[in-house]
Amino acid sequence: MGILLQQIVNGIALGSIYALIALGYTMVYGIIRLINFAHGEIYMIGAFVGYFALTAFGLPFWVSLLLAMVIPALLGVLIERVAYRPLRSSPSITVLITAIGVSLLLQNLAMLWFSPDPKTFPQIFTRAPFNIGGVRITFPQVIVLATSVLLMIGLNFMVQKTKIGKAMRAVSQDKEAAKLMGIDTDRIISFTFAIGSALAGAAGVMVGIIYPRIQPLMGTMPGLKAFVAAVFGGIGSIPGAMLGGVIMGLTESLVTAYISSTWRDAIAFSLLIIILLVKPAGILGKSTREKV
Amino acid sequence: MTNNPNKKNLDGYVTLIAVVVLVLLNVVLLAGKMPTYYTGILRFMGINIILAVSLNLINGITGQFSLGHAGFMAVGAYVSALVSIHLGWPLVFALLAGAVAASLLGILIGLPTLRLRGDYLAIATLGLGEIIRVVILNLDITKGARGLGGIPRTTTVYLVELFAIITILFTVNLMRSTHGRALLSIREDEIAAEAMGINTTFYKVFAFSAGAFFAGIAGGLFAHSMGYIAPANFEFMRSIEILVMVVLGGLGSITGSVIATVVLTILPEALRGFAQYRMVLYSAMLIAIMLFRPSGLMGTRELDVRQVLGIFKTGGEKDAS
Repeated sequence: MGILLQQIVNGIALGSIYALIALGYTMVYGIIRLINFAHGEIYMIGAFVGYFALTAFGLPFWVSLLLAMVIPALLGVLIERVAYRPLRSSPSITVLITAIGVSLLLQNLAMLWFSPDPKTFPQIFTRAPFNIGGVRITFPQVIVLATSVLLMIGLNFMVQKTKIGKAMRAVSQDKEAAKLMGIDTDRIISFTFAIGSALAGAAGVMVGIIYPRIQPLMGTMPGLKAFVAAVFGGIGSIPGAMLGGVIMGLTESLVTAYISSTWRDAIAFSLLIIILLVKPAGILGKSTREKV
Repeated sequence: MTNNPNKKNLDGYVTLIAVVVLVLLNVVLLAGKMPTYYTGILRFMGINIILAVSLNLINGITGQFSLGHAGFMAVGAYVSALVSIHLGWPLVFALLAGAVAASLLGILIGLPTLRLRGDYLAIATLGLGEIIRVVILNLDITKGARGLGGIPRTTTVYLVELFAIITILFTVNLMRSTHGRALLSIREDEIAAEAMGINTTFYKVFAFSAGAFFAGIAGGLFAHSMGYIAPANFEFMRSIEILVMVVLGGLGSITGSVIATVVLTILPEALRGFAQYRMVLYSAMLIAIMLFRPSGLMGTRELDVRQVLGIFKTGGEKDAS
């Protein structure tokens, strides 16, 4: 029982990171129907920005976190402008291949610039655990969970209550109609990329706090898994991405604890294939029929 | 349109492959003048051609976007290697065993997943490729991450050549047949194809398993060429490399795939000194192709000897594109 509770705590901490990345996937997919393969690399860049801000420049944690959100946001907007916008009217496969290309480019540039060797993320928080009823909760886990929840509340507020959030929802419902209502769709799409990338950048710092080894290829697997989480929760749905992320984190930590860590990656993808076959719209997604 | 230009193109292009590749290459080879370094590259090139053409059958001709080709290659490689290590089967039979295993898996996987479309199919096949790799990593008989060694190194250039030609001929003849037309119609418009009475599920699974069959052959040739295989040989990146070859050549163009494969196999060898920039170049190229020429080098057209000669005869007149 103690082990189970412990794994649930670890799983929720990991899951909140997946949820942050999944939000970017789901928002971008909701608005331009593109699986942004480069999203996992944005998360990696976020981790590296955080690393350099903390070590090379010695900035305080909150400033570093802010930087690790702003720089990836700018990068996300740049990628959209250069690589995806010219292909707005192309078949989705063309854009998907471009996204794979961007992802590989970022990975390989990161390997050239940062060297492929793993770097140790500085330990700014004490790792001494609290003991609550036999369950060990570390301070970094608390920070990660609190930051993630705050960011998600902020995102929800923005999407539901602000004017730009309303515009985002309008564009994702019907781009043409939104344009006719006077919404600058290109600006809204850029904004969506910025917000999604900022959340991924924050996730990069969060992962650095819990698992302090970062390297240029770290984005691929979490990126794919976060995408699975987004599909699982219902792609296009913001609460769905949060739920999917947490479920993914929990499943992974339970599989690692009770089965074997080497099967972990296979479980994530099996989950994806099962959900795609059984309920392609995801848990919280609305199913749409393809029109002829 | 009085005659079928596509058919004419294909005739000429079969001649191109058969005559130029076979005669020229084999004269050099038989004379024994080729250093082993070059025969190694040739073997690798042939294996890549099989992979690219078979992926083109799925992605370019049938229009079903698969990102799991390395998975089928892995199955072919491991099954054929295990068969020749433990049962001592001759190479050709081992290759066929690997290919049959890969294509059976293709049917098994294709039946449920080919219901998905576009992006979702791409992600599902990517996931399947990864699952295959994780399964190999966890089995005892495959020796997990340590890799499987002691495979007889029996692959020859001739055998690779033979299978590359078989793959190309199969795909070309398939494209010209009723069945091939069905595949092309699925690519152009799946709903319309279905309305015309084409059993789309059957044809999609057929293309998928045929592609998997040849990927399995390529995997077997690879295993028996290297003598040692490990799950790391068949990672997601391998699928992407094959995809780049197909996309650069033009989705749907078989000659395009062949040309792109030859270029992309020789280029990294020629640029050995810039090894660390190779992947940067690859990915930048992928983006550039998609932005500036999404149809690839050849589009869906084929290279034709007579067409090429025709250009010279009429004084460099360009063909209409």
